[in-house]
Amino acid sequence: MNLTLKIWRQKDSNAKGQMVDYKVNDISEHMSFLEMMDVLNEQLVNSGEEPVAFDHDCREGICGMCSLYINGEAHGPDRGITTCQLHMRMFKDGDTITIEPWRAAAFPVIKDLIVDRMAFERIQQAGGYISVNTSGNTQDANSLPISKHAADEAMDAAACIGCGACVASCKNSSAMLFVGAKVSQYALLPQGQVEAADRVMNMVAQMDLEGFGNCTNTGACEVECPKGITLENIARMNREFVKANVKGN
Amino acid sequence: MALDSKVPEGPIKDKWTEYKNHINLVNPANKRNIDIIVVGTGLAGGSAAATLAELGYNVKAFAYQDSPRRAHSIAAQGGINAAKNYMGDGDSNYRLFYDTVKGGDYRSREANVHRLAEVSGNIIDQCVAQGVPFARDYGGLLDNRSFGGVLVSRTFYAKGQTGQQLLLGCYSAMNRQIARGKIEMFNRHEMLDVVKVNGKARGIIARNLITGEIERHSAHAVVIATGGYGNVYFLSTNAMGSNATAAWKIHKKGAYFANPCFTQIHPTCIPRSGDYQSKLTLMSESLRNDGRIWVPAKLEDAKAIQQGKLKPTDIAEADRDYYLERRYPAFGNLVPRDVASRAAKERCDAGYGVNATGEAVYLDFASAFVRYGTEQAKIHGIKNPSDAEIKKLGQGIIESKYGNLFQMYEKIIAENPYETPMMIYPATHYTMGGIWVDYNLMTTVEGLYCIGEANFSDHGANRLGASALMQGLADGYFVLPYTIGDYLSDDIRTGKIPTDTPEFEEAEKEVKDKIDFFINNKGTKTVDHFHKRLGKVMWDKVGMSRNEKDLTAAMAEIKEIREEFWKDVMVPGSANEMNVELEKAGRVADFLELGELFAKDALVRRESCGGHFREESVELDGEQKGEAKRDDVNFAFVSAWEYKGEPADAVLHKEELEFKDIELKQRSYK
Ligand SMILES: Cc1cc2nc3c(=O)[nH]c(=O)nc-3n(C[C@H](O)[C@H](O)[C@H](O)COP(=O)(O)OP(=O)(O)OC[C@H]3O[C@@H](n4cnc5c(N)ncnc54)[C@H](O)[C@@H]3O)c2cc1C
Ligand code: SF4
Ligand code: FES
Repeated sequence: MNLTLKIWRQKDSNAKGQMVDYKVNDISEHMSFLEMMDVLNEQLVNSGEEPVAFDHDCREGICGMCSLYINGEAHGPDRGITTCQLHMRMFKDGDTITIEPWRAAAFPVIKDLIVDRMAFERIQQAGGYISVNTSGNTQDANSLPISKHAADEAMDAAACIGCGACVASCKNSSAMLFVGAKVSQYALLPQGQVEAADRVMNMVAQMDLEGFGNCTNTGACEVECPKGITLENIARMNREFVKANVKGN
Repeated sequence: MALDSKVPEGPIKDKWTEYKNHINLVNPANKRNIDIIVVGTGLAGGSAAATLAELGYNVKAFAYQDSPRRAHSIAAQGGINAAKNYMGDGDSNYRLFYDTVKGGDYRSREANVHRLAEVSGNIIDQCVAQGVPFARDYGGLLDNRSFGGVLVSRTFYAKGQTGQQLLLGCYSAMNRQIARGKIEMFNRHEMLDVVKVNGKARGIIARNLITGEIERHSAHAVVIATGGYGNVYFLSTNAMGSNATAAWKIHKKGAYFANPCFTQIHPTCIPRSGDYQSKLTLMSESLRNDGRIWVPAKLEDAKAIQQGKLKPTDIAEADRDYYLERRYPAFGNLVPRDVASRAAKERCDAGYGVNATGEAVYLDFASAFVRYGTEQAKIHGIKNPSDAEIKKLGQGIIESKYGNLFQMYEKIIAENPYETPMMIYPATHYTMGGIWVDYNLMTTVEGLYCIGEANFSDHGANRLGASALMQGLADGYFVLPYTIGDYLSDDIRTGKIPTDTPEFEEAEKEVKDKIDFFINNKGTKTVDHFHKRLGKVMWDKVGMSRNEKDLTAAMAEIKEIREEFWKDVMVPGSANEMNVELEKAGRVADFLELGELFAKDALVRRESCGGHFREESVELDGEQKGEAKRDDVNFAFVSAWEYKGEPADAVLHKEELEFKDIELKQRSYK
């Protein structure tokens, strides 16, 4: 198929960006979206132009590196997948595809389609861990039975890949789904209880500091999340937060 | 330089304990004055960085992605081994040790593997304490599954995302130390060289991938944990950015490169679909627990399938060739990876492949649906269930075990694997070879360590499933923190290593010159053009089956491609900005050298062992006819290559392998 691409180009974080049109031809429906981008870039380099910079690494939906806003949707038109798992069979000959970076004040553009997600790092550093030493002198793993149900639910929350699609698709640029997923994972496990109150307070405080917006329950994040992180995680975080405030101060 | 593996004396089961009892320690106050650089934040680097920081050292950690959490360890699906014997099926440290040495086709160092088995149980304890949500049974205890090449269930898993969960565990431990200021994290930074001062590794040169700035970083010791070099084949299950640059750069500065030809071609990957293919996706080996591998027994059926005239479900049971079960009745679909890969290639080369390219075999879950479905019907008290009901119940179980893999497959191939068998074909996956290290995990350069997939140590000529995650975490959490302390105990009075010295100056200049070369070369061909050509030579001539003629030709061809690369490569943009093509150019330049050494190593090793299959070395008769023939008399050694300029001039050093605790046997999975 032949396609027209409208792509955000921006030299660096200080430059003013703009949409630029490109044409790509003979795209196979079996290609992945990023392979289509490879074709475009090969074409650009061959004609002496700078290729379009975009983040990607594993290309199998797990590293969370890829991050494109395609035709107004985070990770494009398909559901339950990341951009790197999107295939061209979702498009048809003659389509025009708009490709933009994540748009959020807390995710400044670094170049073209690449954004800076360090805010997510700092939120995790504020409390996304259990304070156990990596000394190897912990108790035997099976001395603490955990119900299968709790373990499975914790796993579902832990499946978040930190891509940022939830922020990009939220009209308030809220990071509640991302933070809720981490808080939930530990809230569901006995290991996480000791620091539960501090964790949720610190992570939420850091989230606010980073300039993410408030959650107004529109649920767009859940729809676009490639890993099926549910709104239940936000609710659980809110409960944890209330509990911590009652207990804490 | 003679190779000294520094394996401690004494009985194998006491070596590590004795070693730990006698090493030098650094007191906590002095640790504060010692800096350690850790390059790479996968399971190996991440666990090392977290633990070293926790012990009190000042750690600087580097990754080329924008977060430590995105290292390619994240992609590991199936699981991690540990000799917990929770299943009570006869597992023990000794058995894990034995299986790993045997699985590696007797080309690994016994003492290292035994240590690995000894600490394996601790890894699981550690991860559970960190909140890693491993799969559990209904009693709330940890669940296990089996992997290829062994007869016990010792693999712990978190759905099909085990690597992700283990890495997020490491990542959380790192975050705790980043928050305390004990780890300084350099994301989007690429190490481009190591700096040696008086023969010791004392720092690195790194490029800030956002600004293009070249930076000097000093430390008392440097740890390389940068993963494997599978992308030398262009297509592999590795991430797009996975590279050999750090390993190759330290090789050029004196670290020997061991067994480069030991590479694992994984049997269960999604077949390639076209020339535009940018990477290959693994379908976890754990699927072989429940899937059966087959091709049509009749050539005409295979042809009809290739032409799209027949569907797999049209082929009657009697006309299917479950070739692994046929050839290897004892292990069946769970033979080790190298054996399964060659068997798939053998069938496809003979014309029995099942997709348009003829390079695919089926992985079929139909009988697992029935098996699980029947069991579920009993559990739920359903009387006389219909076939459809049984299938549905069985599919539910398969979904709970491998749902994400089935989804991944469907998104790529656009076929529903619950209804029709998956198509799979071998692909490059893991590199057993890597930087040579001694028992301390130190390379042949003093103060320079190498851990995880980047080193050569524990997997011999073939890695068993679920043992790379184990090795990465063992190295980082439980081994390196001891061995590096012993070395650093000499450095407590050294003080900060300055970076304004001639050694740093020179290393930085070399790096900058190379970058300027690329920018100014203005050739006519893209970096990928060369990478793809290299990959094709590697796959065709240094792939699953190798011979002297092809290997010799490969060496010459790779050299040719390399020379052309340096003349004609084109890198747009400038040095002082984010420049993705420039990053790729540097990596491909290194692959083009490594590839030649790889072929040379394969040429010199005139035996078949593990993932390295030499057509000249097969069993000629008996039950094992046609199977790989190892040659323990002449080749029971590690080949460690010393850099001498051109890859073809590399000098071979042999570390002879001694097997005191395991009898060398032919690996039979019949
Ligand atoms: C798809 C897939 C599935 C797998 N499944 C399993 C499994 O189920 N069980 C199992 O045991 N093993 C599995 N493996 C193997 C295992 O995942 C890897 O061998 C292991 O995770 C490697 O870990 P590592 O820490 O050595 O390297 P990696 O995780 O690859 O980390 C490399 C790190 O180095 C950094 N880096 C690289 N080069 C540079 C540079 N020049 N400068 C700065 N930083 C650099 C990267 O940023 C990254 O942080 C799988 C592998 C793949 C590809
Ligand atoms: S919650 Fe979903 S969308 Fe948000 S970062 Fe995690 S995986 Fe991405
Ligand atoms: S590239 Fe890793 S999730 Fe898309």
